[in-house]
Amino acid sequence: MKQDICMAYCRTSGKEHPNMLNITDMKKDVESIITNTALTNEQAAMNLSAVPFNYVEFFETSSAFRELLEAGCVCTMTEGNATYCPRYTLPDYEKLMREGCRFLRLDPPKTLFEATQTLEMFYRHIPSVTHYPVYLGSVDKMLEPFMDDPYAYEILKSFLIFLDRTIPDSYCHMNLGPEATKAGEMIVEIQTELKNAIPSITLLYDPDITPDDFAAKCVTCALACAKPSFANHKAYQKIYRTPYGIASCYNALPIGGGSLTLSRIVLSRLAVRAKDSEHFLNDLLPHTVRVLCEYIEQKIRFLVERTHFFTSNFLVEEGFLKLENFTGMFGVVGMNECVNTLMEKEGCGDRYGYSEKADRLAQEIMEKMTQCVMNFESKYCDCTDHHFTIHAQVGIDVDYDISPGVRIRIGDELPLYEHLEHCAKMQPYFNSGVGDIFPFDETAKRNPAAVVDLIKGAFSKGMRYFSTYSDDCDVIRITGYLVKKSDIEKLDKGIRVQQANAMWGYGEVKNARIYERKVRNL
Amino acid sequence: MGLRGSKERPYLRKEGTKPLTLNTDKGMQRTEMAERPKVLRAAVNKILHHSVVDGPGNRAAVFFQGCNFHCAYCHNPETIAMCTSCGHCVEVCPAGALTLQNGKVRWQQELCCECDRCIHECAHLASPRTKDYTAGEIMEEIRKDLPFIRGLTVSGGECSMQRDFVVELFRLAKAEGLSTLMDSNGSYDYSKDEELLAVCDGVMLDIKAFDEEEHKKLTGQSREMVLKNAVYLAGCGKLEEIRTVVVPEFLSGEETVEKVGQMLEPYLKEQKIRYKIIAYRPFGVRVPYKETLRSPSAEELERCKEIAKSYGFSEVVVI
Repeated sequence: MKQDICMAYCRTSGKEHPNMLNITDMKKDVESIITNTALTNEQAAMNLSAVPFNYVEFFETSSAFRELLEAGCVCTMTEGNATYCPRYTLPDYEKLMREGCRFLRLDPPKTLFEATQTLEMFYRHIPSVTHYPVYLGSVDKMLEPFMDDPYAYEILKSFLIFLDRTIPDSYCHMNLGPEATKAGEMIVEIQTELKNAIPSITLLYDPDITPDDFAAKCVTCALACAKPSFANHKAYQKIYRTPYGIASCYNALPIGGGSLTLSRIVLSRLAVRAKDSEHFLNDLLPHTVRVLCEYIEQKIRFLVERTHFFTSNFLVEEGFLKLENFTGMFGVVGMNECVNTLMEKEGCGDRYGYSEKADRLAQEIMEKMTQCVMNFESKYCDCTDHHFTIHAQVGIDVDYDISPGVRIRIGDELPLYEHLEHCAKMQPYFNSGVGDIFPFDETAKRNPAAVVDLIKGAFSKGMRYFSTYSDDCDVIRITGYLVKKSDIEKLDKGIRVQQANAMWGYGEVKNARIYERKVRNL
Repeated sequence: MGLRGSKERPYLRKEGTKPLTLNTDKGMQRTEMAERPKVLRAAVNKILHHSVVDGPGNRAAVFFQGCNFHCAYCHNPETIAMCTSCGHCVEVCPAGALTLQNGKVRWQQELCCECDRCIHECAHLASPRTKDYTAGEIMEEIRKDLPFIRGLTVSGGECSMQRDFVVELFRLAKAEGLSTLMDSNGSYDYSKDEELLAVCDGVMLDIKAFDEEEHKKLTGQSREMVLKNAVYLAGCGKLEEIRTVVVPEFLSGEETVEKVGQMLEPYLKEQKIRYKIIAYRPFGVRVPYKETLRSPSAEELERCKEIAKSYGFSEVVVI
């Protein structure tokens, strides 16, 4: 590895300059972190750890890729140039409950207290792109065998507070359901009371399995603190050969694996380069998809073949994670702006969500993109038959005028049923995560079952993932993750907050009009 | 009001009774006339495509025009009577959306600016902004809503005044898998209408006042049939919800809730009945009542809620 660093490339020019890091720029980056009063010590340390990877490259990228990257048509999601652990890991927690963990010297738990302690200790060692666990497992199922404990409420409450205070990042995601359990019901009740931003929660929802009253209880919780979201369990359980979990924002990935990396195509910027729709579909799109897939593959090979993770990490050694359960994610953003740009170029005023012609073009783009992504074969990604999986990326804080995935842009929302129908039309293209957000005013709190009816209808039509919150919540969903509005106010005044990714939320509130999202009244 | 005591149900129009003139066989003609289905139409004030306050879950709701009660606190008094085509609203409409054509007021929705001048100025407690529908047309109107709603609620006005129409509409709704609820003032004798109850899953019944004098003062009608219906519907498992609007000083809300609780207590052990306690609010209420009636405090509502809970209503909602 040492030798590789000596062969590092200068990031800005992309040309080979052995031993010539741009020390002045790097120093500026470091200084901006260590003088920033809005960062806690831990947040500063995390940010510092990413700095070197922005200045060195460990494999040479193609000139076509660098050109698209410079133009912003593709984006590497601030992963840096040397991925040394998978972006999203979904450890097999059931194995932990069943067998314990040798490396951490943990025995299988026998009581509720031991079970939550075991999880707390284990979570501390789960790596991901955020350095925190992005998947906490189906906690309701793991804890259910111990729920006859007379102190269950106190233990679960303390467990949930522990997670909020020690994992300062709302990409960490707990799963519940589809069955109603004592543990699941209690977790939802306690969350409704605590109203914390962390963890994120998804109910794996199947109306044929999940009782209506549990689903309604989950809606009540979501209208208090923006979670759980609802995942279409009927649709998602068919995607992988092994069970799936929902991790990070809303990413559906195989348990015992996850995703090695994520890069994204920025459709809105690519559309600006197109002469017309034909040019976009038949020339720009296939080229860009191929170049980005080649980059993703390079990154995956580096991670698998040249870093320590898959040879020596205890999660792999003990079988909590298996290479064959990992895939690579091909992210998509900016469909709304892309379609509107292409329509303008064709001299018509058709707009995404508002015209059949525009929506048909969006579907053609997705069909073509799927075909192009499937044409690329990866050496790895066994769980997705050696192909990358398509993901509706929710955006990053510096995105301006780029709507997440295939969402209709904020400000252009359709009437409720039409909007849900539109989601049902566009979401099935995304196997590894997609979603939309529907905030309600307080009337919905009086009849959470009505929101369940909306979800049932949308899921029956093919929608994959539904999130909601109430306009009077402190915790809101930014794009895919949760942040407290009160934390954003503090950051605006330069006051540090404990939650690390509140900073991203702050950026998105400034750039992506999050507070202007249409609030539905029922 | 012309509606009171009317046996004719003047708002139900029957069409399609024109004889088939091409048929020369008199006997045949009579038979065909008798068998030809009558197309019922009803005046509809509004159709809501999603409602969370008209029964459980998300529902479509149809509000008929016309009511046989004249409640002082009615928050949509323009649904009480039928338009007489007096033409006054045509004069006050600032958008030119209303015109008099062949002695009838015509409303052009596309021109309407929804300023509500017409209904505020109407001396008859009516609205020119209604549309006549057949049951089939209503179902077509809500067809796109079907995946997202669990049921259909008919309200008003007073929906039971459109009894024949409601039976037809509910048959169509049931065929689409929708649950069917009526939001009723209880003036109709449900005990004598098996056909209606066969297609109606439940009634959300207003008990506006338990005391006869109070009920008359508020509505102009006796409460006898209302109470009979409460007991009858509870007895056959079709009482979905009781609703009482609380208006301090004007009505004895706590007494009404107490007496209703006592009356229904035997049924509450067997079945789930919701009690909705509604705070009087001045929005939409006509003068002079608007100036004289008072909204209840949170404590007054809470007392009513506690009384209802003590009798075992499955759910007590205060709004």
